[in-house]
Amino acid sequence: MNGPVPGEPILEVDDVHLYFAGVHAINGVSFEVGPSELFAIIGPNGAGKTSIFNVLSGVYAPGKGRVRFNGTDLLGLRPHDIAALGLARTFQNVELFANLTVLDNLMLGRHQHIRYGAPAAFAWFGRARREEIANRATVEDIVDFLELEQWRGYPVGLLPFGVQKRVELGRALAMEPKLLLLDEPVAGMNLEETEDMARFVLDIREELDIPMILVEHDMGMVMDLADRVLVMDFGSPITTGTPAEVQSHPGVIRAYLGQEQAS
Amino acid sequence: MTTTPARRPRQLSGRPRFYTSYAQQLRMFNTRPKRVSVGVLMALAVLVPFYVNDEVLQLLAVGFVASIGAIGLNIVTGYAGQISLGHAFFLAIGAYTAAALSGDPDERTIGFGITNLLVWLPAAGLVAALFGVLVAPLATRLRGLYLAIVTLGLVFLGEHIFKEWSSLTGGPGVGRPAAVPELFGYRFDEGGELLTRDQQLYLLMLVLLAIFAVLAFNLVRSKVGRAFSAVRDRDIAAEIMGVSLRKYKTLAFAVSSFYAGCAGALLYTVAGFFDPTSFNLLMSVQYIAMVLIGGAGTISGSIMGAMFITLVPRLTRELPAYVPFIAAEPTGVPNVFQVETVLYGLLIIGFLIFEPRGLYGIWVRLRNYWKSWPFSY
Repeated sequence: MNGPVPGEPILEVDDVHLYFAGVHAINGVSFEVGPSELFAIIGPNGAGKTSIFNVLSGVYAPGKGRVRFNGTDLLGLRPHDIAALGLARTFQNVELFANLTVLDNLMLGRHQHIRYGAPAAFAWFGRARREEIANRATVEDIVDFLELEQWRGYPVGLLPFGVQKRVELGRALAMEPKLLLLDEPVAGMNLEETEDMARFVLDIREELDIPMILVEHDMGMVMDLADRVLVMDFGSPITTGTPAEVQSHPGVIRAYLGQEQAS
Repeated sequence: MTTTPARRPRQLSGRPRFYTSYAQQLRMFNTRPKRVSVGVLMALAVLVPFYVNDEVLQLLAVGFVASIGAIGLNIVTGYAGQISLGHAFFLAIGAYTAAALSGDPDERTIGFGITNLLVWLPAAGLVAALFGVLVAPLATRLRGLYLAIVTLGLVFLGEHIFKEWSSLTGGPGVGRPAAVPELFGYRFDEGGELLTRDQQLYLLMLVLLAIFAVLAFNLVRSKVGRAFSAVRDRDIAAEIMGVSLRKYKTLAFAVSSFYAGCAGALLYTVAGFFDPTSFNLLMSVQYIAMVLIGGAGTISGSIMGAMFITLVPRLTRELPAYVPFIAAEPTGVPNVFQVETVLYGLLIIGFLIFEPRGLYGIWVRLRNYWKSWPFSY
């Protein structure tokens, strides 16, 4: 059922198991993401989608399994080391730095690309100032790309939810990721905001050519955008395939719609 | 025929002043009102010693030193969000390092006779920073209240050690001479031909505060300061952005303790003498009050808060002249010292409820009001 992935996969997840005491949160999940693929993970609430993201970004340590990203084994690495390898993500519940402005949040996305330390920072003139100006220019490109111009100087805590989601996407893009994880980018958004976000996701694919993993409950968006879909239920993978294949899979229908009582 | 374009766009009269480069916006004083007001303030600060009596000058000098300490606490607590009640401990480390280095070798307390300010000031900062780095691993394991309690333990530990180690500290009730402010043979604590002792010390502390404040401002507007704020606001998200929590928490404690150490070294040079019992919980609380009242997460707020807290006791001392039922002697009830303690409490509560951004927040509101005056929107 696994569709062919053109080129070397950027991410290989092999038989990952995650336990929280007695709860088997992820039960033997395996998948690959191609070099410019948009891969989606769907499933009912509690299926373990966000847990997979937390394993990939180093927040959770799985009990068993293997994760290779761009040739490097991710397991055992700290989140900031994984960030340095080029893995960026957004969060289901916005996790922005609420007291900082949009610009500062985006500049924090640039953190690992800004090369100077505390001594240069104290002096400011010279290296620190030069690097700040150069990276500010990069950040302005992202402001432009995501149409955030009017919010630039606002503390993000004051912005509407839809805009915060966009800032979070921008912060992840500022990291110049090799793989982007989007955790429910349109959760809680109205139709217009959802369409905007879908447009941005397509733009990222076409203009920046960044492979993505998308976790989303909005089936319309997943089926329209994704190349392949992994369906999960109660921590176990049900199937992986193209949107069309997945939609007609009996296991998927059972997971979402339930099963009639055997009589 | 073409004219070469001007390198910098010309400012048209009657037009709003727009930024035309990122460099312009990133300047420390990036608007004309900021440049003018800071310039005027500095000019006033330099002129003050020639118009004010020595007692008030001493008080202001102590306020400047306290500002350095408050900036330090604001870096670790206001910016990096790590609540530290142990600031008095780091101040003490700095005070004793400096006093021991510059002390008279023939005295009863430890002394090495190195009186050059350029030696003992950085040394005091570095030794305190070292202790800060030793404490920092606790901050990577503990958060919030738990960290506050552990750092509180430092104060009690320090208080005990400094009370007992009388060859260093002189012992409680006796004390020892503070560090000697000398620079290339010039003694700031001895009146010269041009300036009195207190005028010299005032100007010295003013210059030092300016240096420390500018350095701190550079730090907090840089990548490092942003990483501190990220750790404060969302530590997990910060780590996923590539900010190493251990590295930045350690750095925050190191810088904060360095500032505390330098402030501790300078704090008693004005009075000339200090006692090991001064570095107690009340001192830590005073610094917390400076940060909260001044404005957490701002450098100028730290200075405002420190000056405010330093000047309040002097103002309450004037109260008995105006309010007849307040006694000036410690034996009377209510006396000025009780009023002072109550006032600290009231101020902290009041600011937390009515203006959590502190004096800095009040300043921002005033500024915004006058920006659009007479139109309220």
